[in-house]
Amino acid sequence: MNARAIDVRGLNKSFGDRHVVRDVSIAVDTGRITGFLGPNGSGKTTTLRLLCGLLTPDSGEGTVLGMDFRARGDAIKRQTGYMTQKFSLYEDMTLEENLAFVARVHGLDNRRERVEDTLHRLGLFDRRQQLAGALSGGWKQRLALAAATLHQPRLLLLDEPTAGVDPKARREFWDEIHTLAAEGLTVLVSTHYMDEAERCHDIGYILYGRLIARGTADAIIRDSGLVTFLGEGPGIDRAAHLLARADGVLSASAFGAAVHVSGLKREALEAALVPWRKEPFRWSEVPPSLEDVFIQLMGRERDERYTS
Amino acid sequence: MTGSLPRILAVLLKEFTQLRRDRITYAMILVMPVMQLLIFGYAINMDPRHLPAAVLSHDTSTVADSVVAALERTGYVDVRYLPRSDEELDQLIRRGQVMLGITIPPDFTRRLLKGERPQILAEADASDPQAAAGALAAVSVLPTEALRHERLGLGAPRSTAPAFEVVVHRRYNPESRSPFHIVPGLLGIILSMTLVMMTAMAVTRERERGTMETLLSTPATPAEIMVGKLTPYVVVGLVQTVVVLGMARVLFSVPMARTPAGWLALACGIVLFIVGNLSLGYLISTLARSQLQAMQMSMFYMLPSIFLSGFAFPFLGLPPWARVLGEIIPVTHFLRIVRGALLKDQVLADMGNDLLALGLFVLAVAGAALGRSRTTLD
Ligand SMILES: Nc1ncnc2c1ncn2[C@@H]1O[C@H](COP(=O)(O)OP(=O)(O)OP(=O)(O)O)[C@@H](O)[C@H]1O
Ligand SMILES: [Mg+2]
Repeated sequence: MNARAIDVRGLNKSFGDRHVVRDVSIAVDTGRITGFLGPNGSGKTTTLRLLCGLLTPDSGEGTVLGMDFRARGDAIKRQTGYMTQKFSLYEDMTLEENLAFVARVHGLDNRRERVEDTLHRLGLFDRRQQLAGALSGGWKQRLALAAATLHQPRLLLLDEPTAGVDPKARREFWDEIHTLAAEGLTVLVSTHYMDEAERCHDIGYILYGRLIARGTADAIIRDSGLVTFLGEGPGIDRAAHLLARADGVLSASAFGAAVHVSGLKREALEAALVPWRKEPFRWSEVPPSLEDVFIQLMGRERDERYTS
Repeated sequence: MTGSLPRILAVLLKEFTQLRRDRITYAMILVMPVMQLLIFGYAINMDPRHLPAAVLSHDTSTVADSVVAALERTGYVDVRYLPRSDEELDQLIRRGQVMLGITIPPDFTRRLLKGERPQILAEADASDPQAAAGALAAVSVLPTEALRHERLGLGAPRSTAPAFEVVVHRRYNPESRSPFHIVPGLLGIILSMTLVMMTAMAVTRERERGTMETLLSTPATPAEIMVGKLTPYVVVGLVQTVVVLGMARVLFSVPMARTPAGWLALACGIVLFIVGNLSLGYLISTLARSQLQAMQMSMFYMLPSIFLSGFAFPFLGLPPWARVLGEIIPVTHFLRIVRGALLKDQVLADMGNDLLALGLFVLAVAGAALGRSRTTLD
């Protein structure tokens, strides 16, 4: 079997004259969980749709699950679970009916059993007769995940699966993803949450349609060359917006009573901090967080923002 | 109260903005009335003229020419056929190719000359009482108008009484009961209305609610989705048919097919018609951007189905261009099939053309709908 679950190169997609996915090449090893990050409108959903055959790419080649992803779309669909960003099960059908439909359309055996198992696992068995539309947002997400994994796919594409899900459910959700990955399932999951990005084996960061960073969280932080200082002390948070405008500072954001100040050049950053190196403020150098890195990445490409 | 004015204005402006965005609705609001006025204004004629007729003469003299001329002078009928035998004439009437058949007996001229007041037979297709009345209006003038020259020239006895009689047969519906005509027609209209409208939203609804994305990410193919979506409505259509026909029988005493061959013909027509309507609805739903648009397109389709199909007005009384439009509409063919089977004892052989037309419609429309179905979102 192919060690790479996804191996596509030169993916492009335009809507009219909007070039939304640009030359994206992405390789994902089997059994890995890859987080897909990027600001709103950067092309995450579009890329996931291209990978599962819901959109036709303008160009690009490669394999998904070892099959030519442009020619064998149908075969790939059978072994892929896709969870959409917007809830897209039938709101006018009950939980049980929705799952039974998914089981049927995938031609699964032991339908009843599988559906009941899934409902039990979700803790929704008692509410199986309820209409899906009546579920709260977080429960809808969990039902959608169950539907996407019902046919035991080899590849799981999740589009912001935990948006609006409470912390405990999110943790359970990620535990479940890791269990599935340990059994060999490959997962590509888009998210806006940094803590989730850190739970992925590795990360892809996409900006204005380009995949600009790829690797483990540590590697991305290391490669960023970012220097970050943590400032503490009463009232420092109010200085954040002044610091952000100083030369040599790429970003300065308040976190509670502290502030993260990042820049690429150590000397320039130190110089910018001089006016603030006084009592009652205390400064220390810290490793940059993923968020610091991503904010820096966004700034780096800002000039190209509307070019095509 | 003045306080509510800005809020009314806010809602009003929002409504206009949305209306302007929805181009198709906008177009419908302007284009539809204009088109409808033009089409139906010119097509619909409450006093049908130039209905097709046939004259069969067993008499050897030129008397038939005179009858033909007199009939056509009235403007109500055009004599399009001169059949050679009773069977031929009977078939023309049964298949609805003519509204009126005139039969002149063998010894007509001889008896006319003898002053015996011979009879000619006028058979009208009263399965459409309104059209039959038009055709028979032409016949009523025959005794005074026809053969005037012949009678004078031949020196027949001059009298004020007509020289011959016309015996009128109203076939298929001797009492000219309009429910016999309208109720089977209603079956066609009811089926179209419900089936086209219900399926016109099949795809649009999924797209609007976002469930299309899930559906397309499953292994189901467009053809599988289409067949799966439409089949339940075939059952709906069949149930409707049974209910409407049952009520037609019980409440309006509409005759039913009398032979197994008649029922078979009817069943074929009904199934093809149901599938045709469902395919059309499905095609609409692949074209419409919203459920509202799907609804409007269905309405747009219903009007010609009512006015140009022969449901509301006699088909043969429509101007030729309107009949061409009418031939494209499945209801037109279905009405001929259902009225033919119920009232005129038609069998498969009599309705070949209409069944063929429905079959072609199904193929073309289902093909187009499938062609427009995508496995992708783009
Ligand atoms: N069907 C479409 N037609 C036109 N433009 C589209 C379409 N789908 C997406 N886009 C555009 O493509 C770009 C990328 O959209 P996409 O949904 O992939 O972003 P995303 O990274 O998933 O964003 P988010 O984090 O907000 O979900 C956006 O600018 C969007 O406007
Ligand atoms: Mg998205």
